[in-house]
Parts: sequence; C-alpha cells; structure tokens
Amino acid sequence: MSTSTATQQLSLVYFSSVSENTKRFVDRLGLPAQRIPLRPTEPHLVVTEPYVLFVPTYGGGNGQGAVPKQVIKFLNDERNRRLLRGVVSAGNTNFGSAYCIAGDIIAAKCGVPHLYKFELLGTTEDVDNVREGMERLWLPR
Amino acid sequence: MTAVTAAHGDKPRLVSRVSAINWNRIEDEKDLEVWERLTGNFWLPEKVPLSNDIQSWHTLKEHEQRMTTRVFTGLTMLDTIQGTVGAVSLIPDARTPHEEAVYTNIAFMESVHAKSYSSIFSTLISSQEIDEAFRWSEENENLQEKARIVLDYYRGDDPEKRKVASTMLESFLFYSGFYAPMYWSSHAKLTNTADLIRLIIRDEAVHGYYIGYKYQRALQDASPERRQELKDYTFELLFELYENEEQYTEDLYDPLGLTEDVKAFLRYNANKALMNLGYEGLFPKDQTNVNPAILSALSPNADENHDFFSGSGSSYVIGKAVNTEDEDWDF
Repeated sequence: MSTSTATQQLSLVYFSSVSENTKRFVDRLGLPAQRIPLRPTEPHLVVTEPYVLFVPTYGGGNGQGAVPKQVIKFLNDERNRRLLRGVVSAGNTNFGSAYCIAGDIIAAKCGVPHLYKFELLGTTEDVDNVREGMERLWLPR
Repeated sequence: MTAVTAAHGDKPRLVSRVSAINWNRIEDEKDLEVWERLTGNFWLPEKVPLSNDIQSWHTLKEHEQRMTTRVFTGLTMLDTIQGTVGAVSLIPDARTPHEEAVYTNIAFMESVHAKSYSSIFSTLISSQEIDEAFRWSEENENLQEKARIVLDYYRGDDPEKRKVASTMLESFLFYSGFYAPMYWSSHAKLTNTADLIRLIIRDEAVHGYYIGYKYQRALQDASPERRQELKDYTFELLFELYENEEQYTEDLYDPLGLTEDVKAFLRYNANKALMNLGYEGLFPKDQTNVNPAILSALSPNADENHDFFSGSGSSYVIGKAVNTEDEDWDF
C-alpha cells in the first residue's frame, strides 16, 4: 500500500442527529471530519477527497427508514458517492436483525465494505480499533 | 400483583397547564421521530404464536421452569412500575407537549409488555404455578428492593434524577430477566416466547434512548455544579442497583449455574444505560464479554465484533458505484 508515490489519508464524513451520539464517537477519534448537515436549510455538502462515512442506524424493527434521509440526500449526489470508500455504522444490538443495518444497506448499495459496527457512543476499544484502522487505510493518490 | 409503596404518598403530580398539541409545530424533532418509531413498532402479544412453545416448555426440567416463571414475574413487576408510575411521572417534567405525548405512548406500551407476560403464563403453566410465581416475586427481597429504589426516585422532586432512574430501568434493570429467554432461544427452546421478548427489548431500547436524550438536553442548560451532582448521582445509583442486581441474579440463576454469565450481560447493559445518559461505560471490556450465543440470540447481526480493519473482511469485493434515488433506500 504505502509507496514512495504521494499518498493521502482517507478523510472522514459523518452524520449525527441532535442526540450527537455519532458525533461524540467521531470527536474521540481526533481525526479531521466533515459533518453532513442536519437541516435542509444548511448548505449541501460536496466532498472532494475519498472518505469513510460514519452513520447511525435509524428505525429498528423492520429496517424501514434505517438510513437517515440526510445521508440519502448526500449519497444521491454522484460526486459524493464516487468518493465513498467504506462505511462505519452505529447501532444497538437490542434492535435485533436491524442492528447497524444502515451500514449494511449503504455498503450493499454503493459496493463498499462495511468496515466496523459499534454500539451507541462506542467503547474505548471501538475508538482505538477504528482510529488504527483509519490510519492504516491509505490510498494511493 | 405485588404492592410496593414508597415513602412519599402524596397525590399524583399533573402538568400545570395544557395547550392543544400542535404536531405541525415541532420544537424538538426527536419527539416526532421517536413517536413515529414507537407507533411504527406497535405490536400486541396476541400476534405471537406462543402456544407453539408448549411442547418445548415440557422439555425443561422443573428447576429450569421455576427460574423462568420467576424471571417473568420479575419482569412483569418492572413493566407495571414503568407503565403505571415511571413513564407517567415524567409527563409533568416534559419540555414540549410532544414529549408529553411520547410518554403516554411509552406508558401504554409498558402496560402491553406487562400483560404479555400473563399471555406467556396462561399458555405455559397452571394457575396454581402462576400464583406461586407471583408469591415468590412478592417475597423476594432483591426484587422488592429494586422496585423500592426506583419508585423512590419517581416520587421524589428532582426531574433529572427521575429520568436517570427511568433510563436505568429501561436499559439496565430488565436485563437480568431478559437473559433467560435469550438463553433458551440459543438452545432452540421457547423460541416464540423469545420472539415476543425481542419485541419488548426493541421497545425498551427506544425508551431508554429517548429518556436518556431528554436527560442530556436538560443537562445542556444546567450549571457545571449541577451537572457534576447529577453525574455523581448517576454512578452512585448504578452501583446501588448493580449490587442489588448481582444478588437478584444469584437468587434466580445459581440453581442453573448461569450466574457469572448473566453478570457479564448485566455489566454490558449497565454500560449501555450509561451511554444512553451520555456517559462513557463504566465496566471494562474484559468484564462485559457477553456469551456470543446470547449476543447472537439478541441480534443475529452482531457477528463476532464486525471488524474489517482487523483483516477479517477479506471476502469483500469493492464494486462499482451505481446511481441511486431516494426510493432506492426505502427498504
């Protein structure tokens, strides 16, 4: 992976609702991150570098509406979808088979790996695993 | 049913002022989101074919049946408290009219949960055995203590402590009981009962998330001293409840030799209750290693610490991006 040619670290894009659970996980990673806007009145986010998407799972139960609509809007923009390299999802095992299903849906839809799942705010181990994983995921420019 | 009374015997508190609720003007979008999620998840025990478990029930040994019925009376007790006192006690503290409405939904669903254990009982055991199990729940000190601790806070005068106690009940105190049906399910026993319990677990997860979220909203407006007070209180309460849960777990599961396995599950859920309140988990990883069979009975999607980074995701093939539209995502 790592060669003498110029490489760049993957950037990080996340969505977090007003409960901010996912935001707190991303903050603990200490990596630069861009947030998908919560409200339609905020300017649409368009990314310019390859990135990993962090997303919470909504709903639970039948999986209907599991991917937050703001994330759908973001990914419906081809410029954003093209640069997606992987997805990390948050959820709660108490939602049974819908646990982290937003990550599964996005991974399947966009043909990228579902890199990691964590519960609620995530544990210290989750933060370490994801940070180390993100640091190893270098892409040739 | 078991009568637990607390020190405060005053009249129920009611909201002081009521305005007609306008769902077209939402102050906190979580209220609408959670209302929609809860109503979308609505279910009734009559829809679950519990009678398919009768044969399986008779394969359990006597002490296994006894543990299971006691577990369900304990859960009935908690759901009764939460439906009749807990969720209702939160209504006067609500910050928006929509929050009040969500609590009425929570209260009703807790009553559905409480009733669903009676459906399990009437399907599987005789009325004499039912009476014996309810008698046990009235006489079990640790179950009574758990109810007393929570009820005291519901009847106290601190809205935020009430939310903490409520989140502890929703996200932690149920799990000494929920372990049993997950255990049987992992042994391919009482699988319809487990399906019903999973519906309850799903509801409680939304309740704990929502009440914990409202607690965190209240903290945003609080002074640093008050925040510290509530954090200290939360951890003290957790320790008090955890100690009691350990003893309750021993009462129930020692005869089956499952106590240590259940305790790991308790600590895992205690951490999740803390996270719902916005705090990091307390118990370290080596104390929260839930038996994989139990975890997979809870969620078939919780496959061995899904971690692509560690190299276990070698089967992934990176595909080509395709065009998507909103409706593509409506699974």
